[in-house]
Amino acid sequence: MNQFAAGIIEAFKLIFSLDPYLMEIVILSLTVSGMAVIISTMIGVPLGTYLGMRPEEKTGFISRILYTLMGMPPVVAGLLIYMLIARRGPLGPLGILYTPTAMVVVQVFLALPIVVGLTMLAIRSQGKEVEETALTLGAAPILTAWTVIRESKVSLLGAIVTGFGRIIAEVGAVMIVGGNIQGHTRVMTTAIVLETSKGNFELAIGLGIILLTIFFIINSVMYRFQKGGGRHPW
Amino acid sequence: MFVEKLLKIFWNQKIPPLFTYCLLVLIIIFSTMVGCEQVASAPASNEFILLATTTSTYDSGLLDYMLPAFEEKYGIEVRVLPKGTGQALELGKGGDVDVLLVHDRSSELKMVEEGFFVDRYDVMFNDFIIVGPTKDPAGIKEIDEVKEALKAIIQGNHTFISRGDNSGTHSMELSLWEAAGISNFGEGYKSVGQGMGDTLRITDEQEGYTLTDRATYIALKETLEVDILLEGDQTLFNQYGIMAVNPKKHSHNKYESALKLIEFFMSEEGQQMITDYKLQGEVLFFPGMCLKY
Repeated sequence: MNQFAAGIIEAFKLIFSLDPYLMEIVILSLTVSGMAVIISTMIGVPLGTYLGMRPEEKTGFISRILYTLMGMPPVVAGLLIYMLIARRGPLGPLGILYTPTAMVVVQVFLALPIVVGLTMLAIRSQGKEVEETALTLGAAPILTAWTVIRESKVSLLGAIVTGFGRIIAEVGAVMIVGGNIQGHTRVMTTAIVLETSKGNFELAIGLGIILLTIFFIINSVMYRFQKGGGRHPW
Repeated sequence: MFVEKLLKIFWNQKIPPLFTYCLLVLIIIFSTMVGCEQVASAPASNEFILLATTTSTYDSGLLDYMLPAFEEKYGIEVRVLPKGTGQALELGKGGDVDVLLVHDRSSELKMVEEGFFVDRYDVMFNDFIIVGPTKDPAGIKEIDEVKEALKAIIQGNHTFISRGDNSGTHSMELSLWEAAGISNFGEGYKSVGQGMGDTLRITDEQEGYTLTDRATYIALKETLEVDILLEGDQTLFNQYGIMAVNPKKHSHNKYESALKLIEFFMSEEGQQMITDYKLQGEVLFFPGMCLKY
């Protein structure tokens, strides 16, 4: 109990003193997962919209593959990407193993199926009426798609946030392809693992608190969107 | 000129919008890759090498102490990958790292012979110890010989935590069991598959025994409630080697820079730094004999 209380107090001290080691890890974590989620969104939303606007019978097989990938254990994804980009693997000559790039790649691999899958479901459930209206009004396919996307933006945001939540909280895959190199590929989750094994519980708890705070902020923003910016947005 | 033309084509929508979009996505992905590298390697050194090492040299803080001096002197950045010795050797074999600092002498020499590594030196040494709960239920504190102590732990069915991760410590442990003639372990033996720090933590929680290198134990002593119960047996000698990946096997590797790191560790300055490094008043590593193998 003593260790627990002392750890949390120390953790807050580290956070409020903006400890440089801690900040470096947080910034890298946000950068890597942010990049991965931007890429996943840019590919995933159009793809998901396309799939969602197609009749359900025609996308059955793709859906099943998507759902499987959505449940992909991160360490398996890490292993697959590792074997691809290790020097002895097919993409070895690129030499991206143990770089932040490799971490972005593996995180896209994990987030993309979620963004595509959830977008598809959202469009399928909410987009039908909008689509028909737009078509009746004589909109071109691209414009129709754009309208559908705009109308389901809350659900799409949900899809993106879910993807982001999954990858920023992930530890196994980024550990395998990133290697947890200090100052280069050490993110919040891998740092928590390392600091725990070194007995630096204060730093580990500090990172945990920051991670939780990030989720809280994201969820608050989400909540506000869903409420449509009402009187009690938080 | 070319860019202007390209823009005009896009502007006039001669190319399908989907294609434009895909191109845009590709450009963003590409710039991410470049940007990511820059975010990460903010310090102005463009030259870096990857060092795969054991968790002991890393967790004990020795590298944090020595590498800045090397980086300052040579302008080469060293990126450290703390792995078990087994995995570090595999990474070296595959050419994914440039230089190794590990402790499994017989495997290292075998791989040097097979041509995977060159320029191997005995860079430093310390010793392994057996740690366990203060009340010492197996009574190994009275025993001087490792073989007898291990027998007492297993035959009394006491908890023994094994790293089980192909690290240098793990391979040392296996050879000790073999020397003690024990092949049937029973309920008390638990293989946890984790680094030294985690293994010590589990040992602490489960009130078991484990084999550890002295450096990691001293580094973590404050946060643990396990004591040194057996030390000083000659078979517990722990030799660390440093070596480079053979440039003939992997031409992309940074052999020249790796060699500089090896030279630094073997230099008078490097060896002196190893001797000087103390944690809680105790020396963790002793300088090697500067012999090349």
